[in-house]
Amino acid sequence: MSPDVIPLLMKALGETVAMVVVAMIAATAIGVPLGVLLVVTAKGGVLACPALNRVVAAVVNAVRSIPFIILMVAIIPFTRLVVGTSIGTTAAMVPLTLASIPFIGRQVETSLREVPYGLIEAALAMGATPMQIIRRVYLPEALSSIVAQLTTVVIALVGESAMAGAIGGGGLGDLAIRYGYQRFRPEIMLATVVVLIALVQLVQFAGNSLAKRLNKKEM
Amino acid sequence: MITLSHIEKTYAGADGAVTALKDVSLTVARGEIFGVIGLSGAGKSTLIRCINLLERPTSGSVIVDGLDMMALSDAELREARKSIGMIFQHFNLLSSATVYDNVAFPLRLSGMDEDAIRAKVEPLLALVSLDDKAQQYPSQLSGGQKQRVGIARALASEPKVLLCDEATSALDPQTTKAILELIRDINQKLGLTVVIITHEMQVIKDICDKVAVIENGVITESGRVIDVFTDPQRDMTKEFISVLMGSGFPPDLQNAPISAEPIPGGRLLVRLTFVGSSAGEPVISTLIRKYEVEADILYGNIDSIKDTPYGRMLLGLSGAPEAVENALAFLREKDLRIEVIGYVA
Repeated sequence: MSPDVIPLLMKALGETVAMVVVAMIAATAIGVPLGVLLVVTAKGGVLACPALNRVVAAVVNAVRSIPFIILMVAIIPFTRLVVGTSIGTTAAMVPLTLASIPFIGRQVETSLREVPYGLIEAALAMGATPMQIIRRVYLPEALSSIVAQLTTVVIALVGESAMAGAIGGGGLGDLAIRYGYQRFRPEIMLATVVVLIALVQLVQFAGNSLAKRLNKKEM
Repeated sequence: MITLSHIEKTYAGADGAVTALKDVSLTVARGEIFGVIGLSGAGKSTLIRCINLLERPTSGSVIVDGLDMMALSDAELREARKSIGMIFQHFNLLSSATVYDNVAFPLRLSGMDEDAIRAKVEPLLALVSLDDKAQQYPSQLSGGQKQRVGIARALASEPKVLLCDEATSALDPQTTKAILELIRDINQKLGLTVVIITHEMQVIKDICDKVAVIENGVITESGRVIDVFTDPQRDMTKEFISVLMGSGFPPDLQNAPISAEPIPGGRLLVRLTFVGSSAGEPVISTLIRKYEVEADILYGNIDSIKDTPYGRMLLGLSGAPEAVENALAFLREKDLRIEVIGYVA
């Protein structure tokens, strides 16, 4: 392997991590409340509002059904509005975030639905307000499961970030395409894949350990 | 303390409305332990949830401690619920919180400060004998211990009423006994009014003062436990009792033909039920001495309902028809319940 590969790899890894971390934080900040909204406004929820629920669910499905590569290009004007540019790593963070929000919303929804209704009923019987139920019952009870679900989202983001090269976002995927595929340097392709595998393994391991530590159901 | 009047509850089902409760009225006095017994699906879960409005009745009124529950705003209802504790069949504890935090939960909802919470939670944990488990998680506890946590949590906000939703149905018989004793203890110590729903007659017999039997959403029988036990009216009530006490027949008579007319050389079957002090009277020996009848004791048991001794006995009377008539007349004069079943060969 030629010595120029290491700095290339490091730079690309840095870009991938930056894209994933920023998109993950931003998408979690919006996606978790979205998931809560999907659960509590559903029929029989603690803030039941089926009409709102249907609208939100429809929007979530719509965004989720757009392939990432198309979403990325389609929202270029919006991206420019938010970060002032439509190319580069920073610009790639916007579509990555946007694509992850509904994904996280649905994942969190699934986690919250696993909280037994009896717990919600017990809290209601104790005079808890809907906000108290969200904060003190739903979220703490589902936390371990949410962490496990978010781990899946991080890994999906690593994959999606590979497409960021299309708008000059850089990252590992971009490196593999440009050097490994287009310049016929299989050793770079291979090195990128190895780094990606290691990265995904690390994320999965960290997510699993944290989820396990938070889970008090089986001790 | 609790008055339910003409409660109706209907749900919109797939094939039209489903009626869960039909014209249910009942009154629970302060300090009483009131049991509701019924088969699963009879509506007892819905009934108990109508007391704290976890289920809102379609019509009727719910008065708890003088408050018209149905007329309260959401915020007022939340306040009112704080004085109605509830425990559940599956305990419904937060799995992510320690025993201490579970008991502190209702207090934190009210925004109490941590020192005041500690001062309340610790004695409660001692009351339910779990002081050494404060920092454990529910998954590390047995079923009985989990229910004790549930009880401590329900008592934390100093309620006036405790609702028990099949609280012992998931527990083994020994644990059930211990939990029932605890509930009874709390009832006496704190003067708490308790409503229990169950499908186990044992629970009713052990701790309830009054009982209501619910069948298909209708209360078909109610009264003092001792009266319902000694003189059940409905077949289902009799069945509940016989599951607990046995049928009252010895095995060889279980399928014997019973005739309303005297059978020559046969015996008249009479069931006697003794309650309280009459259980001690020498009725049988007097009967035999005075009336020249033979009285075989075919079956008998003595038990107690809450604290009242209660016995059942099946007698086979034989002798001259006149003597048997006189003997019956004597028994009817006594302070006991008698049920003439019929003649067997």
